Amino acid sequence: MSSRVVKSVDVSELLVSVKRPPLYILIPALLVALCMLIPLVYLFLRAGQAQPDQLLELVFRPRNFQLLLNTLSLTGGVLLICTFLSLPLAWLVTRTDIAAKRLLTILAVVPLAVPGYVMAYALLGVGGNMGVLNQLFGIRVNNISGYWGAVWALSLYTFPYIFLNVRAALLGLDSSLEESAQSLGYSKSMVFLKIILPHLLPALLAGYMVVGLYVLGDFGAVALMRYEAFSYAIFTQYSGAFDRIYAAWLSIMLLALAASFLVVEALILKRKRLASVGSGVTRPARLFELGKASPIAWLYIVGVLGTSIGLPVAMLSYWLLIAPPDISIFWQVPWTFLRSATAAAPAAILAAALALPICYLSVRYPSRLTSMIERSTYIGYALPPLTLALAMVFFSLQTAYFFYQTLGLLIVTWTLATLALAMGPIRSAIMQTRANTEEAAYALGYSPAATFYHVMFPRLRRGILAALALVFLFCMKELPITFLLAPTGYSTLAVTVFSRTSEGMMAEAAPFAAAIVIFSSLSVGMVLNREKIKGSR
Amino acid sequence: MQKKLLTGIALLGSLVIAPLASAASLTVYSGRGEALVQPIIDQFEKQTGNKVNVRYGDTAQLAVLIQEEGDRSPADVYWGQDAGAMGALANAGLLATLPESVYKDLPAIFTSKTGQWVAASGRSRVIVYSTERASAEDIPASVFDLTDEKFKGRFGLAPTNGGFQSFVTGMRVKHGDEVTLAWLKDMKANEPKIYRNNTTQVQAVGDGEIDFALVNNYYLPRFVAANSEYPVKQTYFAEGDIGNLMNVAGVAVLKSSKNQDVANAFVEYMLTPAAQQYFTSFVNEYPVVEGIIPNAVLGDLDEMLKVAPEIDLDQLADLEGTLKLLRDAELL
Repeated sequence: MSSRVVKSVDVSELLVSVKRPPLYILIPALLVALCMLIPLVYLFLRAGQAQPDQLLELVFRPRNFQLLLNTLSLTGGVLLICTFLSLPLAWLVTRTDIAAKRLLTILAVVPLAVPGYVMAYALLGVGGNMGVLNQLFGIRVNNISGYWGAVWALSLYTFPYIFLNVRAALLGLDSSLEESAQSLGYSKSMVFLKIILPHLLPALLAGYMVVGLYVLGDFGAVALMRYEAFSYAIFTQYSGAFDRIYAAWLSIMLLALAASFLVVEALILKRKRLASVGSGVTRPARLFELGKASPIAWLYIVGVLGTSIGLPVAMLSYWLLIAPPDISIFWQVPWTFLRSATAAAPAAILAAALALPICYLSVRYPSRLTSMIERSTYIGYALPPLTLALAMVFFSLQTAYFFYQTLGLLIVTWTLATLALAMGPIRSAIMQTRANTEEAAYALGYSPAATFYHVMFPRLRRGILAALALVFLFCMKELPITFLLAPTGYSTLAVTVFSRTSEGMMAEAAPFAAAIVIFSSLSVGMVLNREKIKGSR
Repeated sequence: MQKKLLTGIALLGSLVIAPLASAASLTVYSGRGEALVQPIIDQFEKQTGNKVNVRYGDTAQLAVLIQEEGDRSPADVYWGQDAGAMGALANAGLLATLPESVYKDLPAIFTSKTGQWVAASGRSRVIVYSTERASAEDIPASVFDLTDEKFKGRFGLAPTNGGFQSFVTGMRVKHGDEVTLAWLKDMKANEPKIYRNNTTQVQAVGDGEIDFALVNNYYLPRFVAANSEYPVKQTYFAEGDIGNLMNVAGVAVLKSSKNQDVANAFVEYMLTPAAQQYFTSFVNEYPVVEGIIPNAVLGDLDEMLKVAPEIDLDQLADLEGTLKLLRDAELL
């Protein structure tokens, strides 16, 4: 995202952007961009080993283009449903007098903790003869599957990405704009369409990007729902043919698609330059009184959260109840959780720490170089995780054998995969602090480190916490990278759940899946709760 | 704040310390699930005093990983779900040759002729059917009859599943590419529903989405164990039909292993009566040696050996060819 601060540009800000970025910010950012090149180098190396005739048969065949189209329409469907699930919710918790806002906000992030395949199994377990509805209540409905099955399964656990982005934007939006529009005779719906929506566009697009790129690479939920997307072709190449060469070509095709998403986003934002969020003195908006509409709002909230959290939780309980597993399984749960968290927490910290200099550069020192650095972080996120993991296997075997299959390599690879997730909230936080605050601190004789610690950090707190939460949740349920790169014998919650569900041992998997959802939500609840205590202005 | 800083330092410290904390005597890459094989690996550890580290993963992903690692692989033993994966590694020249004593007494359908890997247990292909919408009489004599009009839209296939792909490879070995491609195309024309794996297919038959499916033999027993009323049964086609293909889970020692003796001992242990009884009774698979008490759900090994078609397992490695046919039939 390259939206710039256009409102209230003052002299000090201009001065900053003319100056060259300091090395202690530029160098870590460049290092990250360099790391992002590792998977690219690997892919082109493998792709170079291909035979032209095979290439024509395996890669450039009509069916692959059909699968690309399927993936595009899947992405479109998911973004549509996600908007419906997240936009009204974000508005309700920021702009209305609805009760329990903080709880609702935390609950709206919990679906991120549900692994995709668990969500898919949950949806698949509802209908059909042996499904919950028929077994418990005698209601026979057909199972949701195919295109809409995949769309719903993906939307139900990815919409919080958009929710978080939009919520942050709504909180940062200057309400005086809306008020002046209203005083000029705009109706409430006009204000929403003409003022609020355009100002939300950068945040909405940032959320779309994160969800859209995720949908491109996802295989688990999509395959369980029996929808044939492009990831299907990549999976077949690796898993069916034990092949790495033509799979590399397919991954490059996927990256090209991801790059086109980025280009489209940049084009939209360029044309809508005025839509970027300003950093003037924002006044808290007057809360909309729901009044009689309140029951409708609650119905909607219960619907969204009931499906996205209630459904998987109910399904896990059902698995446990129909065939209660041996009690000893529950003993393993806390230890397995600790193993997951020992890797996920450092990855979250590392990702947030690396996102800071990159975001700072791109906001304060906008240039072609800094925007390239910023965009490079999408490589790790957009690549199919299996491809990224193989690239890191290759890299560490070639250069740092002692690092291979260590916790460290897992953490670094997770960081590369999730950096793009951490960027969103940190970037908006930096955009909402004014450069002249730092200038003032420098003028008062603060060192750069002291300025960061005393001036910047308190203002970025909310963004950093959100970034930590997003990365942590992603890693807690991540599979392909863990499979290939975790130290041998290091089984995480996600690995345990996956290996048991794929053997049809749902009851034995349920306690571990529940642990992912419960412990991750608790950690995130704790993190997001801090946001309000000190972060609010 | 200081406390937080310390936590941060401790967490980052794990980055540095972790590499030092990995030393083990035997490393196994297992494409078989932890719940299925860890108990018998524990037994091996207890009886031989060797420490075993296991990396669990997907059979194919681990095979790709071993290729990527090449001669620097930390793995000593590979344990895969199907013959195709074993063959792929053997063809890539990554497997060591086992001592002849390990495999010379096994039935012919359970050994690799090159001696680079050996079957640890067998699983057969079966047809599962709904007891509500079909009966045993509906099951045809051959898998080739499934292209009949009366099965239209009523059965499931899992073209991305390793078990199904091995079965197609088996059909190619026995009946040739032309016959196999024709069968695949006719199957496709008979409007199958496409699934991800065996579990989802068995579930779909129970749920009423489909009436028949081609799966491995040990999935249904798990559903029945959880619910004895589960409305699905499984059976074989006629004797020797390719639809009853016996596939195997194989073990092999990697050429790059610096621990060949312990690795060979591990492979041998998996063929001992104790281990074989475990696979038969708890994993619901067929033993590969004689003299094991049969599993009531599966029936006798001898009976199975009678209905299973004779196939050279080494030839199941040509997955490229199988994928090509599946692509040509537009099933992939």
